[in-house]
Amino acid sequence: MPTGPKLDAAAIATNMAEIHPPLSPAAAVVAAHRCLFCFDAPCIRACPTGIDIPSFIRKITTDNLAGAGRTILSANILGASCARVCPTAVLCEGACVLHSRGESPVEIGRLQRHATDYVFERQLQVLPSAATATGFRVAVLGGGPAGLGCAAELAQLGHGVTVFEKRPHAGGLNTHGIAYYKMKPDVSLAEVEMVAGLGVEFRRGVEVGRDIPMANLERDFAALFLGFGLGGGRRLGIPGENLPGVVEAVDWIEQLHTRPLDTVAVGESVAVIGGGNTALDAVNQARRLGARQVVVIYRRGVDDLPAYDFERQLALQGGAEFLFYTTPVAILADAAGAVSGIRLAATRALRTGDPELDRNTAQVMAVDMVIKAVGQEKPGAILRQLLPDLALNPDGTVRHDATTGQTNLPRVFTGGDCANGGREVVNAVAEGKRAARSIHALLTGKAVTGPVQSSRAGVTGNPWGAGFDQPIRVAPVARKHSSKEDAHGGPVR
Amino acid sequence: MADLSVNFAGIRSPNPFWVASGPPANTAYQAHRAFAAGWGGVVWKTIGDPIVNVSSRYSALNITGARMLGFNNIELISDRSVETNFREIAEVKKRWPNHAVIASLMVETRAQWHEFVRRATDAGADGVELNFGCPHGMCERGMGSAVGQQPAVTEKIVSWAREVATIPIIVKLTPNITDITSAARAARAGGADAISLINTLSSITQVDLDTLVPEPNVGGASSHGGYCGPAVKPIALNMVQACAADPTVGLPISGIGGIGTWRDAAEFLALGATSVQVCTAIMHHGFRIVEDMLEGLQAYLDSKGMTRVGDLTGRAVPTVRKWETLNLNYRRVARIDYDRCIGCNLCHIACEDGAHQCIDLVAPEGRGTGPGRLPGKPIPQVREADCVGCNLCSLVCPVEDCITMITQDPGVPEMSWTDYQEKLARGEMPPIPPHP
Ligand SMILES: Cc1cc2nc3c(=O)[nH]c(=O)nc-3n(C[C@H](O)[C@H](O)[C@H](O)COP(=O)(O)OP(=O)(O)OC[C@H]3O[C@@H](n4cnc5c(N)ncnc54)[C@H](O)[C@@H]3O)c2cc1C
Ligand SMILES: Cc1cc2nc3c(=O)[nH]c(=O)nc-3n(C[C@H](O)[C@H](O)[C@H](O)COP(=O)(O)O)c2cc1C
Ligand code: SF4
Repeated sequence: MPTGPKLDAAAIATNMAEIHPPLSPAAAVVAAHRCLFCFDAPCIRACPTGIDIPSFIRKITTDNLAGAGRTILSANILGASCARVCPTAVLCEGACVLHSRGESPVEIGRLQRHATDYVFERQLQVLPSAATATGFRVAVLGGGPAGLGCAAELAQLGHGVTVFEKRPHAGGLNTHGIAYYKMKPDVSLAEVEMVAGLGVEFRRGVEVGRDIPMANLERDFAALFLGFGLGGGRRLGIPGENLPGVVEAVDWIEQLHTRPLDTVAVGESVAVIGGGNTALDAVNQARRLGARQVVVIYRRGVDDLPAYDFERQLALQGGAEFLFYTTPVAILADAAGAVSGIRLAATRALRTGDPELDRNTAQVMAVDMVIKAVGQEKPGAILRQLLPDLALNPDGTVRHDATTGQTNLPRVFTGGDCANGGREVVNAVAEGKRAARSIHALLTGKAVTGPVQSSRAGVTGNPWGAGFDQPIRVAPVARKHSSKEDAHGGPVR
Repeated sequence: MADLSVNFAGIRSPNPFWVASGPPANTAYQAHRAFAAGWGGVVWKTIGDPIVNVSSRYSALNITGARMLGFNNIELISDRSVETNFREIAEVKKRWPNHAVIASLMVETRAQWHEFVRRATDAGADGVELNFGCPHGMCERGMGSAVGQQPAVTEKIVSWAREVATIPIIVKLTPNITDITSAARAARAGGADAISLINTLSSITQVDLDTLVPEPNVGGASSHGGYCGPAVKPIALNMVQACAADPTVGLPISGIGGIGTWRDAAEFLALGATSVQVCTAIMHHGFRIVEDMLEGLQAYLDSKGMTRVGDLTGRAVPTVRKWETLNLNYRRVARIDYDRCIGCNLCHIACEDGAHQCIDLVAPEGRGTGPGRLPGKPIPQVREADCVGCNLCSLVCPVEDCITMITQDPGVPEMSWTDYQEKLARGEMPPIPPHP
């Protein structure tokens, strides 16, 4: 059967309903009262942007929702998205002290959504605008979470900011890549509008290097922030890879975010190659669009899956099947040139390095669509063209100082996926914010201290709660992820 | 944006939130932290001849998981030297000239009162608060509530302070008295500029059933303590309103007792307070709670179109009336929203055993299905004709907005108890028959 739309709009809307619906006001107050209002709480430290979580939750209990929203957004400009897309089980909620009492953690993500929804629904301006303009202009290259985190912070510090974004919409993967049942793109687009409301100029549809030369930016701006994210999907390098029924996970997911869902083609039987979070997002969305059978093909064992455990559980609940120690060797076509099957071979795990392929075990599975999710290219190639003097890491990410985000070029800073190799939205925002503060220090000679988080005021060592600390305690669900550098990319081939 | 600053009997403060005299107001270090966090004033821990405290000083009332709903202490006044306290007040005042620093005082003789009021003034304090409230330890020595419970003594001591004071005098009242307004009037007669209330209530929070010694246990014995925290708020609100409504008191009020959020504070303001003071909630959570208090009060005033804190002060005072002026013909009844009702039937049993037996359990057919209700399970139904509108069921109901009290038009004019008595006397109506 050829791939094509499988369900009508109403059925898809039901299937794609949010997996974490909003809390009712009464339920939010009950949930908020469970918080112990810890001082220097572990959840704050577990949040890469350092939101003063106990403070915003207490404000929910007193019906001070605008204040709660301000606490969140002043630390994390994408607080509304993060409330929906963060893997809270391994971040703030994983650190909640209630685990130690044998209880479920405070529902921080949903409470954060409750507060930020209030602000966005009423279009409240909770962030103060910059006190005075510094006169400096900074260019932010790439309008994804990292770029937005950087731009918002710079604007609030009084700098003129222009964001260059090659797509017609900013937001990066937060607009085009998040699993549809976690968040609809309009949340991310509303955040972009909020950043614009802080005085940031957006130049959309402008690709740096093609539509505007790098040299002009270096000439016209006092500092640059590189937030290009990662490149396209990696290739499998097997026969049949270019058949029409074979798609890149990231490209296919982008289709879901840019056209009506009932026009997005999906197969009847789909093979998804890779075991990362992107692969499982593709699995869950393919099922919700009407694929009858979805099989994850992964070349190592269940304990090696780089995806979060809760993503695997969600895939299992959705009826996905997993083939472990298996790898594709060819994609087959029928007479009409449509995908008809995939030839698989078993793998053997080796003590080190990639698993070994056993060609004698090849077997064919009938599928009519193949989704590839074996990682995104690192941005090295394009960066070498744009900035020949920029130092890169061996894996193609941008080399930078971990505490400032500064590259080897003193006026060039970076953060987000292109620097960290691919982590979460919240890391990208935090790294963008960190770079903004470093840029501010470079341009004005002044360090940014604050805003003071009331729940950390006086904590020695890091009194301002800059929020770049690493998780200090994580619940068992975090099983494996901390050691993986490429959670969304799947195993590296 | 509403102006949060207040002028309390001549004491200026950037906002109405003050740290009450107690452990959080013990040192300059704490005052600096309080002001940095956003508090508008600090009433220093009571200064007097230094005392010695016992170890094991607090106990608390916890109810179904909520901790420190009530809080009890057997601590005395400051255990630091008089010199240290006044020196630190001077330091704090120098660093925070626009914030309110008030010296709480408790001494015995006229000469001592003169000396301490002068020293507070010399240290730069914006005012003095005379502590006539502490219900334990000090009263046995003829101070604290021993003073506050005797209006004549209160008046005398206030007048001693008045003889030398050039800064405002606040008198802190004890709630351990039958009529709070008599103490307030005595303060005024002695020359006070303002009153603050309440101090702590005499208490024993619990007995350890293994040792049979109440908490806090000091080496096998306990003592009567002072009670505060969220549980005392209703008592404090009642006393604040009583003083605010009494024209013979007529002094600015600093409201104290169980305040932890901006909502609590707003209620004190509405019932007549000009500033508020907080002790237990800071002991529980730290100075940081003031951030929400400032934001929340600001947003509330803005939402009500009030431009300054003073617009709220006293607004609810006149709505508290004498019972005999309330309308006997006002009528409300309970109404259940069956789309919300979860079928717990708590309202039924409350009314059946604790009120007027007018909520029946009936077959559910045709009455909507609330969340989680089992088909065929009986559900409550109010017999409106018999409902006296006591509110009990709506208070018991665990679902928000499920039982509402509906006002009904009685079809007859208003009539108070006083009106009724007059009409009876004039023979204009027969007596209302007793409830069956
Ligand atoms: C399928 C998928 C699902 C994910 N799900 C989650 C999730 O549920 N939760 C979560 O926290 N994280 C998730 N992530 C990760 C998260 O989306 C990224 O970590 C985050 O978006 C990185 O932000 P960034 O700004 O560094 O890069 P990007 O989001 O990639 O943004 C880069 C931006 O730069 C623009 N750009 C690139 N080159 C140029 C150029 N030359 N000129 C101008 N503009 C340019 C791009 O168009 C893009 O808008 C997911 C990732 C993927 C791939
Ligand atoms: C441990 C403790 C010590 C206190 N010491 C004093 C004091 O020295 N002087 C005083 O005027 N009030 C003292 N108080 C009373 C408080 O200032 C306040 O009036 C009372 O606690 C009610 O407010 P709250 O419910 O916010 O705690 C003390 C209270 C506590 C809990
Ligand atoms: S760790 Fe848990 S209990 Fe403590 S402040 Fe954070 S959410 Fe509240």
